[in-house]
Amino acid sequence: MGNDELKIKLAELFPKATFEEGAEWIQMQIEPSDWLPMAQTLRQDASLQFDYLFCLTCVDWKTHLTMVYHLSSTIFRHNIVIKSKLNRSKAEIESVSSIWRTAEFHEREVYEMFGVHFLHHPDLRLLILPDGWEGKNPLLKDFEDPINMIKL
Amino acid sequence: MVEELSRTEEGNIIINVGPQHPATHGVLHLVITLHGETIQKVEPHLGYIHRSIEKMCESLTYRQFIYVTSRMDYLSSHINNHACALCVEKGMQIEVPERAQVIRVLMDELTRIASHELWWGAMAMDLGAFTPFFHAFREREVINEIMEDTCGARLTMNYILPGGVLEDLHPSFQKKVKDFIVLYKRKIAEYDEMVTGNIIFQNRMKNVGVLSAADAISFGCSGPTLRGSGVSCDVRKIYPYEIYNKLEFNEALETAGDSFARYMIRIREMNESIRIIEQLIDNIPEGEFQAKTKAVLKLPKGEFYQRVETARGEFGIYIVSEGGTTPYRIKFRSPGFSNLSALDHMARGGKIGDLVAMMGSLDLVIPDIDR
Repeated sequence: MGNDELKIKLAELFPKATFEEGAEWIQMQIEPSDWLPMAQTLRQDASLQFDYLFCLTCVDWKTHLTMVYHLSSTIFRHNIVIKSKLNRSKAEIESVSSIWRTAEFHEREVYEMFGVHFLHHPDLRLLILPDGWEGKNPLLKDFEDPINMIKL
Repeated sequence: MVEELSRTEEGNIIINVGPQHPATHGVLHLVITLHGETIQKVEPHLGYIHRSIEKMCESLTYRQFIYVTSRMDYLSSHINNHACALCVEKGMQIEVPERAQVIRVLMDELTRIASHELWWGAMAMDLGAFTPFFHAFREREVINEIMEDTCGARLTMNYILPGGVLEDLHPSFQKKVKDFIVLYKRKIAEYDEMVTGNIIFQNRMKNVGVLSAADAISFGCSGPTLRGSGVSCDVRKIYPYEIYNKLEFNEALETAGDSFARYMIRIREMNESIRIIEQLIDNIPEGEFQAKTKAVLKLPKGEFYQRVETARGEFGIYIVSEGGTTPYRIKFRSPGFSNLSALDHMARGGKIGDLVAMMGSLDLVIPDIDR
């Protein structure tokens, strides 16, 4: 499926999502509450089959956080980017580790680096950071570490 | 190896492997729950070499950040640099001269061979055969010397930059690479004789750490790990960059999904890389090795993603730009991180003695996982 066809199909399936223009791949902006059912559709729909979650990350925009999911299909080879705005003070989104199992690791990384809570995650705890770092999220823009961070 | 031995209520033993353990090839810490000799659970603890490269990159310019990326997957540093250069070029729409493109591909493939050579030696060493390690290092040294001549460095090359490459090829490059091809072809037969065909080696690798195609996809595996399960995923074929779509090479595929399949993929990949080098080494076009770029690079506002095939799999770089001279956010999708997430699944129910074979066949590079 080409990008245009794919976009029509996605717009049909997810009427609430908004599309962002000007990027290499289709970018969809969704509400966090819609994410889990939508992820299931993306994975299971016979003409979409997004079975490969190759990048899962978060961006701190100071006013809010944005979760970014890069998905592709190993069958159709199409790609898509899903974005979801989260409230910075209460960052919560459903975990997709039951759909793409690689998400379990990636979500743990985002949890410790950005403080995003993934609901219904099987094992949400620190992965890279040592014990005692809960609540201090190094990749947030307002993170300060006077000892280890050197400002240029 | 065993730091402390403790038992759970069910009578399972918990042991720690690493962070200082010769078979983890770096500072990886695994907490393993054992029932007798059978693995119940493998829990990786990361971060012993975490340098927060993503955070560092936020305060480095687009010319500077390349140098940090060599330190991630230090066995594929050319290919890491390549991904970053491609991503910046994509954002700024820089045309790279043909000569630079050919040089880049040549360097990528030489790196791939060097990386697989090291993996091959280490893999055999993990299973108790020490000699192959020296053989592999002897041949790898030849590549390192070629790199040293042209790039000035042996490990962290920082040679591929936005717009082209740092320096033109060393005059001895072509001759040395051709000599290496001759040497390699003689040696690969020895490798097969020494390790691949060895019945003890095969018994220890076959049916160990089996990963089905569906699981491998779900775990986001890539590179030889995913291709060993029979899923075509070579970025060079599927989303070709540079001149890969003009080159003739086959994607190595195996269907067994076990450690031996992953082993065979890498051996075949080395042969394919030699094929690519043979096609290019006499056809390096004349011309500039660098495009004319501005002194200060500024990416337009937007988001850019570029993926390449490193020796370990799909390496992705995601740049969020606000239009300034430094990236607003950079995410490195490292192949090792996703491949490691499959380790627990493939090890469950296996024997503790086989864990080393499984880890070896994943070809983990810890700085690549921790970033």
